[in-house]
Amino acid sequence: MSETEVKTNPQGDPITSVAAPKVEGKKDPHAEAKRQRVVTPEYMFFEAPRTREFITGSEAAKEAIRRSNVDLAVAYPITPQSETMQLVGVLYGEGYVKEYYRGEEEVGVMAAIAGGSRAGVRCFTATAGPGTLRGLEGIASWPGHRLPAVAMFTCRVVNAPLAIQPDNIEIAYLLNCGMIVFHAENQQDMFDFIMTGFVIGEKNDVTLPVGVCCDGFFVTHARGYVRMQDRGLKLPPRDPWRGAVPVLDAENPPARLSRDAPVQKSNFMAYNIHAVWQQEVWAAVERSRKYINRYMGGLLSAENVENADAVIIASGSAAAQSREAVRLCKEKGLNVGLIKIRSLRPFPTKELRELCGNVKLIVVPEFNYVGWLAKEVATAIYGYSKAKIIGGPRVYGGQSMPVELIVDEVESGLTGKKSTNVAVSQVMGGTVNPEEVAHFMRSI
Amino acid sequence: MARRFNIRMAGVGGQGVVTGSHILSTAVINAGGESTIVPFYGSEKRMAPVESYVRVSDEPIYEIGEITFPHIIIIFHPQVITHGKSYTMPFYYGLKEGGIALINNDGPMKLQKDQAHELEERRAKLYYIPATKISLEVSGMDLATNMALMGCIGAITGLTNMPALEQAVKDRFLGKGFVVSGGTAALDSVVERKFKKKQELIEKNVAVMRAAWNYAVDHGWAAKDVQRAEAPVAAAATA
Repeated sequence: MSETEVKTNPQGDPITSVAAPKVEGKKDPHAEAKRQRVVTPEYMFFEAPRTREFITGSEAAKEAIRRSNVDLAVAYPITPQSETMQLVGVLYGEGYVKEYYRGEEEVGVMAAIAGGSRAGVRCFTATAGPGTLRGLEGIASWPGHRLPAVAMFTCRVVNAPLAIQPDNIEIAYLLNCGMIVFHAENQQDMFDFIMTGFVIGEKNDVTLPVGVCCDGFFVTHARGYVRMQDRGLKLPPRDPWRGAVPVLDAENPPARLSRDAPVQKSNFMAYNIHAVWQQEVWAAVERSRKYINRYMGGLLSAENVENADAVIIASGSAAAQSREAVRLCKEKGLNVGLIKIRSLRPFPTKELRELCGNVKLIVVPEFNYVGWLAKEVATAIYGYSKAKIIGGPRVYGGQSMPVELIVDEVESGLTGKKSTNVAVSQVMGGTVNPEEVAHFMRSI
Repeated sequence: MARRFNIRMAGVGGQGVVTGSHILSTAVINAGGESTIVPFYGSEKRMAPVESYVRVSDEPIYEIGEITFPHIIIIFHPQVITHGKSYTMPFYYGLKEGGIALINNDGPMKLQKDQAHELEERRAKLYYIPATKISLEVSGMDLATNMALMGCIGAITGLTNMPALEQAVKDRFLGKGFVVSGGTAALDSVVERKFKKKQELIEKNVAVMRAAWNYAVDHGWAAKDVQRAEAPVAAAATA
């Protein structure tokens, strides 16, 4: 083609838009990303020096992705969301994330994450509230397909009437998917849990997706101190051949299970195959405990539980409020301990049984109506502790939880005074009067 | 025991309630303390209710979200009380026993009988400061009302000092801090034009703060060991 010849498209129109010419000496936008050095997870989490910054939870998530060697991130900017996926888009521009695009909506996004993970690359997405529930069909299928990926859930109200404020009821739905579920208290947890999530989910005997939840807005939009490793370091890439199932292989499970006749039929083999597979998924959840202990320092953290008059058990933002409640109780002369639960799946059943054996009063504050955590706690320690369990206080619909409400429950629990905020039916454990509960249930 | 104040600020749109809370928060951090802020986002417009929440302490703060039970409430505009221009009604709802209500008004207000009674019951301390008047007298305009209130509350809590407050004002107007919203940024430029240049704006704001700081000290509201703040010699010469 001569220089004077005009380029045309198939319709004969001249092509006017061409790729921008390469300018000599122009700075490579990916230069910094290309200089990143791979280090072992052990070095990254335990040895690498960290510096402290004052950033939002969304920025903390972005910085975690920068250091996580992520191949594919898919965004869908639902309202209410956080700017997390937008910030991950900036990382794509800088070359830290290899592929990035905006999905059609959450069904498409979760399917794309499934495809990416099945193809053997490291995947990340984030959604919130109604988006989580819309994507739940896909999310619930990830564990069965043994797809390691990290999804961030910045919890928001999902019930009608409409609200865009934090309320973590959506975690109740995620708990039964077969995925690993962490609940971040603050910006630092957000940063740490995402990075460890990739490493734990990709372990051969785990090979599961990890959901990192936080109470939206309080964590995503507010600033907090985050201690981070140098941005020139990154985790090793995903090694898909180490997974429990082969990568993109239609001749082997789980892809073959979906393709082959037995699963589609109502017969003994179909039921058996499915049952065995589900058992294996939940066994994999169990096997992740040792990695959570190794990389995250345990499924829970306990402070001042021995000899305490009462213990508050909380996760997420409720744990932050509980720290202040412990301080206020101390000022009132009450000795109160705190158990913060980091991992909801697997649940720290054994740890709670050991810690709560002699505890007299447990208070479980939550940012949702149904009280999923109180039920988990009561189930876990049933028969191992005679503690009275107060399932509350609870706020929902986006309200902030006044710390004073938690203090009230500790005080009323210790003195036997009737609580003004927690229904009798939500008080569980050894000292509950069944007739009182029955009376309450009859009168509502 | 931690020195801890949960502060609820209520005012009307245009008074710089959110800006004021950012400046107080930054000033406490500048002075080595800890602070967090939560602005209440509703339908912001001029003269409509605005609330902002600031926590200040000398120990780490873990608590998040809005403040329901404050130690201190700051009322930026008498209409918050007289017209009920507040998300929190009555204006002192949740005020802790022995808490402080710092009210911008020229002298004590005549409160409704039941409200005055309730405030008395919880042994609330009512501090009336003519913040708008101080702003007009010192800077020549009422826009520094928020600065007066922040200077006053700085002295009351004792968790910051005048140099730290001055630095916070500089951070806010010289671009080191962050812009609260696009609308606020546009307002800033209007204010800046009125003051011709930023340096003058900062000096006037700081002068208002200092006057209110001293007002608090003179009236015996200030925390223990808080002294009057004298104007720097150089600034005094140009004033």
